[in-house]
Amino acid sequence: MWKILKTRFQQGYRTSDFPNGPSGLPERFRGRPVVSSRPCAAGCSACAESCPTQAIAISADKRVRLDLGKCLFCTECVTACPDGVIAYSADHRLAANKRSDLILSGEEARLASALDEKTRRLFGRSLKLREVCAGSCNGCEAELTVLNNVVFDLSRFGIQFVASPRHADGLVVTGPVTEHMRAALRAAYDAMPTPKIVIAVGACAVSGGPFAGSPQAHDGADSTVPVDLYIPGCPPHPLTILDGMLRLLGRLESPKDPKSVSS
Amino acid sequence: MSPTSRFRTLRNGGAVELAAIPVVAVEEFRASVLRAAKAGLRLCALFARPVEGGTGLCSVLADDARGFLYTLFSEPTRAFRSLASDLPQAHLFEREIAESSDIAVSEHPWLKPVRMGFPDAAVFFRESGDEVHEVAVGPIHAGIIEPGHFRFQCHGETVHHLEIQLGYQHRGVEALLAGGPDRRCVFVAESISGDTAVGHALAYCSNLESLAGARASLRGEALRAAALELERLSDHTGDLGAMSGDVGFLPVAAYFGRLRGEFLNMLMALCGNRFGRGLVRPGGAAFDLTNAMAEDFSARLARARTDLNAISGLLFESASVLGRFDETGVVSRQTARDLGLVGLAARASGLDLDVRRDHPHGFYRFRHIPVVKIDSGDVYARAMLRHLESLRSLDFLEELIADLPRGAARAACPAPRPGRFAVCLVEGWRGEICHVAETGDDGRFRSYKIVDPSFHNWPAVAMAMRGGEISDFPLCNKSFNLSYAGHDL
Repeated sequence: MWKILKTRFQQGYRTSDFPNGPSGLPERFRGRPVVSSRPCAAGCSACAESCPTQAIAISADKRVRLDLGKCLFCTECVTACPDGVIAYSADHRLAANKRSDLILSGEEARLASALDEKTRRLFGRSLKLREVCAGSCNGCEAELTVLNNVVFDLSRFGIQFVASPRHADGLVVTGPVTEHMRAALRAAYDAMPTPKIVIAVGACAVSGGPFAGSPQAHDGADSTVPVDLYIPGCPPHPLTILDGMLRLLGRLESPKDPKSVSS
Repeated sequence: MSPTSRFRTLRNGGAVELAAIPVVAVEEFRASVLRAAKAGLRLCALFARPVEGGTGLCSVLADDARGFLYTLFSEPTRAFRSLASDLPQAHLFEREIAESSDIAVSEHPWLKPVRMGFPDAAVFFRESGDEVHEVAVGPIHAGIIEPGHFRFQCHGETVHHLEIQLGYQHRGVEALLAGGPDRRCVFVAESISGDTAVGHALAYCSNLESLAGARASLRGEALRAAALELERLSDHTGDLGAMSGDVGFLPVAAYFGRLRGEFLNMLMALCGNRFGRGLVRPGGAAFDLTNAMAEDFSARLARARTDLNAISGLLFESASVLGRFDETGVVSRQTARDLGLVGLAARASGLDLDVRRDHPHGFYRFRHIPVVKIDSGDVYARAMLRHLESLRSLDFLEELIADLPRGAARAACPAPRPGRFAVCLVEGWRGEICHVAETGDDGRFRSYKIVDPSFHNWPAVAMAMRGGEISDFPLCNKSFNLSYAGHDL
């Protein structure tokens, strides 16, 4: 017992200051990509050709559009572009309500907004989620599990993962929805009482990610269930997931507030 | 005649001309594999490969004592007589061959789908009798974990038999890689199993290098080894935390959970991603470690060692934890050998196996890491092994980071040459990752075979439960912590 108390003292207080503290993310962390709104001077398509998931398109007026939902946050396009049109910022906020809000083309980020007033009254202070892995590599599960640890401490926001869809207000889906998990995902969704929400976590659940187009998978959660929140990333950082969930619940007010970050 | 005389000899991470690999009639192929296995060689891979005029078989066996790999092809065939009754480690490979090719496997003791058929439709072994009952769990489980189906035959609390049916996570990984290399392949390799992104990327990139006749830069090799050990540390400490949680020792679960994050955050500092994605690339590493970062890492590793010792001390000195860990979920040494277990699960059952020592490749040729093994084969052995291996990885990393080779982190890696065959084994944190690549006349992958350590080790979870209590299942399962996605591909 004495040793347990001593170790407890040595371990100290580890919970992050999120959402009020400063960002503890390292220099090389790749957050929201910033796409220049000016037409590309180089006029090539090196960025689009380098992208492993075809997330980049170049319009007729030479403006670059990047689909955050397909993006794996690698460095291929940044390295390929001779003109510096695409760069990564340290901004961890990525989640959006609509799939189309994830297409970046220079304008300001369209971050997720809160649920309608009635649903928010129901879930705003107590949200129970059921996770269904539908073909994920387990990277997104790892980051969802981490939300329960002492650093991120999800339950202080009134959000909890529960064991049964019958106990859940919402479904968190990871993976591109494999053919073999499609029926189980649908069954879990149907088993939840209404009103209910669905959160797609990770590039696979948003767009199929690296498995897009595979005959064994269905290119994301919205192939099978209606999605209320898309959280991109491969996998998304735990803060990105937390930020998305809290925005959906209307717990983070201003989408422009840059200091809602912490380690 | 030597038991390996029919085979072509290879070193780990090497490549040979396809034409140099003997092609024999299927009966001779069968007899050769059996003879080599009887002589103590271990089956790393056995799979169907497309050839001109049909489908042939390929086997890769390892001589762990001498550090050689042996490979052999069969002529195109439509039928194969199962080896499983004589060589149990072949059983899952043969089920895979039967469902994924046009080769019919005969005389297999339990021929059923591995991942291609709808898992729910599979047939299960059933026991009957007074008070015998069946428990079915999954595909969706209570926690935040991957899907799989577990069917227990129980008498009261006692488990007589467990059958594990996977396949729910099947994404078609090997089919996506065939025809490559293309710009997506390395990302698919990093997504085979999310907690082993570095390990699988390393096997994939090593194959690309050996197919091209290129070499990774020395500094790149060192950085890859550093990332692989950081991955091992994060997963080992994470598992120790999860096992603490499964026996209800919550403070220790919380401390380990936090400690795991320290290793993930070091990977993020190095390459911007907590799982090391984007770091391992053909020719070396895509990110370098600056001197300032190396100093910072040394300090962080020293703190992690202090924390690991303190937290593990609490876990392994607690009588109630030992009461749950000791003699729970035992896999005997004989069973481990018969099933061809690899990695941590094999070493916890007394098998002296480790790719890093037995088949050293990359930076492990220059810097060695002592192998730890424990004989008891129980949950305790698998937990203690994680602690001891973590300490060895910390030693390795501290020395490596203080003395990184100079030069560029990444060298050039041209396109693969046509008509070549490459094998790479990597000791991932779970065990042996095996990638086998073959290029056609156009230099593109004609086939790309992946064997995740979980593929070898899932049957051990079923064996560990025999005679145990069903309430010990979560703890047993966690003590292996196998990948569903890595198995299902």
